[in-house]
Amino acid sequence: MQALYAQLLVGLINGSFYALLSLGLAVIFGMLNIINFAHGALYMMGAFCAYFLLSLSGIGYWWALLIAPIAIGIFGMVLERTMLQWLTGLDHLYGLLLTFGIALIVQGVFQNYFGSSGLPYAIPDYPKVGDWNGLQGGINLGFMFLPIYRGWVVIFSLVVCIATWFLIERTRLGAYLRAATENPTLVRAFGVNVPRMITLTYGLGVGLAALAGVLSAPINQVRPLMGADLIIVVFAVVVIGGMGSIMGSIITGFALGVIEGLTKYFYPEASNTVVFVLMVLVLLVKPTGLTGKAA
Amino acid sequence: MTALTDDTLPVTPQAVRDEMVVFGLMALLLASVPFTGIYPFFVMQALCFALVACAFNLLIGYGGLLSFGHAMFLGTAGYCSAHALKVWGVPPELGILIGTAAAAVLGVITGYVSIRRQGIYFSMITLALSQLLYFIYLQTPFTHGEDGIQGIPQGHLFWIFDLSKPTVLYYVVLVGFLAGFLLIFRTINSPFGEVLKAIRENEPRAISLGYKTDQYKLLAFILSGTIAGFAGSLKVFVAQNASLTDVHWSMSGEIVLMTLVGGLGTVFGPVVGAFVIIAMQQYLASFGQWVQVIQGVIFVACVLLFRRGVIGELAHYLKRSL
Repeated sequence: MQALYAQLLVGLINGSFYALLSLGLAVIFGMLNIINFAHGALYMMGAFCAYFLLSLSGIGYWWALLIAPIAIGIFGMVLERTMLQWLTGLDHLYGLLLTFGIALIVQGVFQNYFGSSGLPYAIPDYPKVGDWNGLQGGINLGFMFLPIYRGWVVIFSLVVCIATWFLIERTRLGAYLRAATENPTLVRAFGVNVPRMITLTYGLGVGLAALAGVLSAPINQVRPLMGADLIIVVFAVVVIGGMGSIMGSIITGFALGVIEGLTKYFYPEASNTVVFVLMVLVLLVKPTGLTGKAA
Repeated sequence: MTALTDDTLPVTPQAVRDEMVVFGLMALLLASVPFTGIYPFFVMQALCFALVACAFNLLIGYGGLLSFGHAMFLGTAGYCSAHALKVWGVPPELGILIGTAAAAVLGVITGYVSIRRQGIYFSMITLALSQLLYFIYLQTPFTHGEDGIQGIPQGHLFWIFDLSKPTVLYYVVLVGFLAGFLLIFRTINSPFGEVLKAIRENEPRAISLGYKTDQYKLLAFILSGTIAGFAGSLKVFVAQNASLTDVHWSMSGEIVLMTLVGGLGTVFGPVVGAFVIIAMQQYLASFGQWVQVIQGVIFVACVLLFRRGVIGELAHYLKRSL
């Protein structure tokens, strides 16, 4: 049973990353009508940003959690201003091709300097409160041993996902955003600066990817190709969940992570492929994806 | 949805004649390669990829479907041919047939799943399916995992043509390429191809005209996959191995890049694009990972500045269909 719970936890962690990444993809797709193929590369840049902050200037995990998403988010906004914005009005496929090219460039540059092996990034050992050494160590829950950092990743991702959902579905800014997704011209006529909103949205989506990168750095090590394979799984998650609803992406992300974790326990050979197989099944039964809107 | 190619010319007898003339020139040029001293291995490899890119282009350029998983046909056919040739010891013609048939079956299955969604989702589904196959090939014993199937015997095609002789092999590959190319060319200019173009431009209207667009798309997908598989089988004789690289997503990306560089939706673009990209890889091999960076830069440059591609720009300038 111990092993089952451990795999469930791993599944929840992967689910957190799927949720954060597919959420960002959905937000970006809503506003820019672009599938951001560079999402995996930007996730990797988030992790590298945390690594550089620590190794070059001694800035630790907690600040990296704030700085990396902002820095990579700004990088994303520069990409949007300099390149993506020129694709407005063209076929969606050009957005996919352009961001694929960006992903190749980013991953190639990092691979060139850092090879393919992983760089270690330690779990933070501060603040020290009583017996707690930051996020190191673990707690015995009776039925399983829970490494604190892993529990933290799941809970923090969930909080960030729900905050993003709240921002988009329940605030005034989110209302503008949803309105601009439906009809940008009309929203512009009301005096809202839609191009700036598009840039900020892209920055937000990229920031979420970078945040996921920082969270995964202590678990998965920092590697130039850490996002390359992940993004394909996230694409499958997006196909399964559909990009119509924010909550849908979050729930699908976590659910698929858990299913993958369970597969690792019951039939490990299929753990790499289970998400893709599920995608095929969903397409056969309900081609529009679980949350519905046709594209 | 805006059209991919903004200046599609109607298929006129003149356009078809122009294209036939260019085809003849291309065939002559390629047939004279062995007399020029150009390294034939390079040209053979480029021809195999050119055929894959042409097959890919049939889907994107004429059906509006961007497949991001065409490496799965290349790789599947390669593995099946290689296995049949090496382990079962079948003659080359049967090896090619087995590989191509495997790709066709794969095309039926993956096509049935992926044409259920359009546009961007179609791309993501094909990518995910090819990744699924990648993991399967990584784990099944017959592919020999990371090592791949190596040292494949080339044998005698139809008991006569000794494929271990580079010149013989070159002409066999060239004939295979030209046959595949002509099949695609014929498809594009057939009533079936016209319906495909109609679906690309405006699918709802094609449906309202009574066309069962899903069947057309499925058939185009199967045809494209089969031809890509045929190219993959030919490639086995050239490279004498079948490995995981051929199924990896980066290979699918390269196929997309070749077509984009040459010109999406042009008849000869993918061939030119394949030669450009393969030549680039050959000459820049010593730069290591920078090749990937350069490919990325070409992607970005093509999308932002050069959407028609080499042949597309040329055709636009000459106001001809190429």
